[in-house]
Amino acid sequence: MSWIAKPRIAHPGLPKNALGLTRRDYEGGMSTLCAGCGHDSITAAIIEAFYGLNLPPHRIVKLSGIGCSGKTPTYFLSQAHGFNGVHGRMPAIATGAVGANRELTYVGISGDGDSLSIGLGQLAHAIRRNVDLLYVIENNGVYGLTKGQFSASADVGSKAKKGAENLQPPIDPVLLGLSLGATFVARSFSGDKEQLVPLLQAGVRHRGFALIDVVSPCVTFNDHEGSTKSYIYTREHLTEVTDADFVERMPEIRASYQPGEAIDVRLHDGGMLRLRKVAEGFDPTDRDRAYAYISEGLRDGEVLTGLLHVDESALEMHSVSGTVETPLVDLPFEDLCPGSDALDALQQGFR
Amino acid sequence: MKPTDVSDPQYYHKVVDCQWGCPAHTNVPQYIRLIAQGKYTEAYMLNRDSNVFPGILGRTCDRPCEPACRRTRLDGEPVAICRLKRVASDLRGDIEDLLPRIPTQKNGRRVACVGSGPASLTVANDLLPLGYEVTIFEKQDRPGGLMWSNIPQFRLPPAVLKEEIDYILDMGVDLRLNTPVSSMQALLDGEMGDWDAIFVGSGAPRGKNLEIEGRYDSERIHIGIDWLESVAFGHIDRIEDRVLVIGVGNTAMDCCRTAMRIGGTDVKVMARKSREHFKASPWELEDAEEEKVEVLENHSPTRFVIEDGELVGMDFELVDWHEGEDGRLRKEVKGNRIIPCDTVILAIGQETAFPWIERDIGIEFNEWDEPLVDKATFQCTREGVFFGGDAAWGPENIIWAVEHGHQAAISIHQYCQDLPIGDRPPYGMNLVSRKMGLHEWSYSNDYDEAQRQKMRHVQLEQRLQELTVEVEEGFDLQQTLNEVERCLNCDVQTHFTTNLCIECDACVDICPLNCLTIAPNGDEEELRGRLSAPAVNLAQDLYVSENLPQTARVMVKDEDLCIHCGLCAERCPTAAWDMRQYDLEIPYAGLEAGARHPDRVGVLAGSDR
Repeated sequence: MSWIAKPRIAHPGLPKNALGLTRRDYEGGMSTLCAGCGHDSITAAIIEAFYGLNLPPHRIVKLSGIGCSGKTPTYFLSQAHGFNGVHGRMPAIATGAVGANRELTYVGISGDGDSLSIGLGQLAHAIRRNVDLLYVIENNGVYGLTKGQFSASADVGSKAKKGAENLQPPIDPVLLGLSLGATFVARSFSGDKEQLVPLLQAGVRHRGFALIDVVSPCVTFNDHEGSTKSYIYTREHLTEVTDADFVERMPEIRASYQPGEAIDVRLHDGGMLRLRKVAEGFDPTDRDRAYAYISEGLRDGEVLTGLLHVDESALEMHSVSGTVETPLVDLPFEDLCPGSDALDALQQGFR
Repeated sequence: MKPTDVSDPQYYHKVVDCQWGCPAHTNVPQYIRLIAQGKYTEAYMLNRDSNVFPGILGRTCDRPCEPACRRTRLDGEPVAICRLKRVASDLRGDIEDLLPRIPTQKNGRRVACVGSGPASLTVANDLLPLGYEVTIFEKQDRPGGLMWSNIPQFRLPPAVLKEEIDYILDMGVDLRLNTPVSSMQALLDGEMGDWDAIFVGSGAPRGKNLEIEGRYDSERIHIGIDWLESVAFGHIDRIEDRVLVIGVGNTAMDCCRTAMRIGGTDVKVMARKSREHFKASPWELEDAEEEKVEVLENHSPTRFVIEDGELVGMDFELVDWHEGEDGRLRKEVKGNRIIPCDTVILAIGQETAFPWIERDIGIEFNEWDEPLVDKATFQCTREGVFFGGDAAWGPENIIWAVEHGHQAAISIHQYCQDLPIGDRPPYGMNLVSRKMGLHEWSYSNDYDEAQRQKMRHVQLEQRLQELTVEVEEGFDLQQTLNEVERCLNCDVQTHFTTNLCIECDACVDICPLNCLTIAPNGDEEELRGRLSAPAVNLAQDLYVSENLPQTARVMVKDEDLCIHCGLCAERCPTAAWDMRQYDLEIPYAGLEAGARHPDRVGVLAGSDR
């Protein structure tokens, strides 16, 4: 009886979304990650988010690199398109895919190693180009797949399983994103789906690069005393600065919050993002002040979560490049490959 | 909600729906597991512990376990529990050596049982191993009560019946056949022997009559249970062509099917109400219709039609039923119809009858002339006199009679030791982990999508030719293998240890039936509304943990649809969830909970893969 697949039988009372699908229709294969891995919780949140957005699974593209995070797209949306790229190179592949077909929905799954070590340059340029992509960093502070060495996001003073202390300063993906001009930056925790699911939904709906750093404890190599990315440490140090509700295409704003308690952000596609419980002195629409606030929090050992910065006015990659609206796959051959005369004319223009 | 107390044996007991539904609390999942391993003898003996007559019940049980079966709520059809019981009985080896040893030195206590049906036999089964001398008085010339006289042989072969009755008689019952007890006073006064206790298991032998015009103008109007008895004892072996059976309970089914076998060619079952109100078990109704019995609904009998002293038909009102504001059904008469027939069998119910119990000897009767019997102790208002089976509160079924027998035996044993009979011995339980390795459990935990196996029946022509041809052929090996895998192992409990939980959500995420939720605590009604999936089945409990260590939320499990696949425990990094086999320890007379099988734990833990 070794390792059974999740039985297909489902709760008869499971609700259905606008497409007539249940959550179960958004699942993937059985996880082969360690039992209790935070990544599996993020997988469940992604399933919930896409189910809630009423997106048809076959119109979604999931991409990843290498590492424990690289494995996770297998575990959700088995009907979606998938691409598992080389280590740290997923942002480039995603950029190409988004460029070729803007009608699909893209989700990239990466880890702290994949994004902040080997793939840091790739990530930086995807942010800079503002590729229309939900980019999730499953951040556990260790290289789990190679037995738990400190990663580039490990905090100073954090202890490895055998007691060794990390002395190198971490790269914080949120501060990195803010400094590179990311237009949607959030942080969450795998153990808090109530916060994570609406953030993921808002990230999908955001037009441009949506970076979500998710603290995702590694139960095998980084969930012990002395770790700063364990379940208990994260829960003890977590401060929610904004609590996001994603409201899909809401016609009007219901005034259910006191002024000052909530901030509404109209998304490009008409959806609404309502941020409530906003910490005093924090404004997620002001990049510079957000940067200052978060770096202060980091210095004090706080894990600040929620939607930390959003800018719906920035141009994303297609608008900047002036690319064709129609997916390349749907273009008539003559348009896609207009012939040598057209090429000559183009080259003539550069002389 | 308060944290659930799983140390109370009844909490996990309730999760095992079949065992909870069974009056005798037969350990169904474990005996199905034993059958799956080919351990038919062990499966039979496990059954026998609680229900005493696995072979008989494997064919005739009313199966309260099956509508209770969790599988019904998942794919619409319960596990064929009853049929599997028969497999264990049919394929078992010799069990004589496994039966309890009867002491040669008796304890000096003598018990008289009136009637030799399943209740009395169970009392004997439980008391003889303790050294009691048990005497059974039976008015007929063979033992078994209604199991012999009212259940036709095509449903229960005489050999099966005899074998299981003999197991008990051979323990040393003093069986007095052809010995009706005609006076309780005489029995009490020592005219038939001296007794320390008396058990009345004389059944509900009086068939209800239908006092309408023409009732006594023909000899071709029979009372169902009496008629079945006459057939069983060979006094009747023919019936006329056209037969009307009045009533639509299980006795009616036995009457109409018997009639089809001894000459009836046009047999109709007449029901006053519509199909959804029929009392017969669905499978018995199905079998009758398969045998070309016609079932007519909404026909209310008004008179027997007699011409020239001969029964020629029966007059019925054609009725519709409407539910009144008080919830009771009221009939609307739409006309009438005379249905010609040669014979009528009345199968409209039966009741207890105690013309032989004097009313001035301290045994009190209620306004319906039923004895007052205590629901827990089975003692009537006279000390030392106990009732059980149909004799206690009217017609039930065999499995209830067996449970009454067990409980009455406990009372008799307490009574004979001068212990208060109201102090019922407690139930116990055993919980043993089935974890074998990182992802390995020592039970068949994968959900099998097999559909309920269909019972094969003997060809229609062949079965109608003779009264004694058993209709059901039993499951073959492949059917058995398919059916055992349908069992959801509800006895392998999801056992939670709160202080180990790190709230990683792995169990909540993996559960295929969305049974689990980690949430702030609340009132039950409110909590049921905000779980991973709506918990609408109020008959099924919510398990609620203590406050979790990290966030003080609680782990909630809706027991309703759990398929016991063990994935929650498999994905749990700290073994806060574990799959533990639950064994309800049932007390019997002179045997504390668990005493019958002190080695059971070892047997369970190491037995199957």
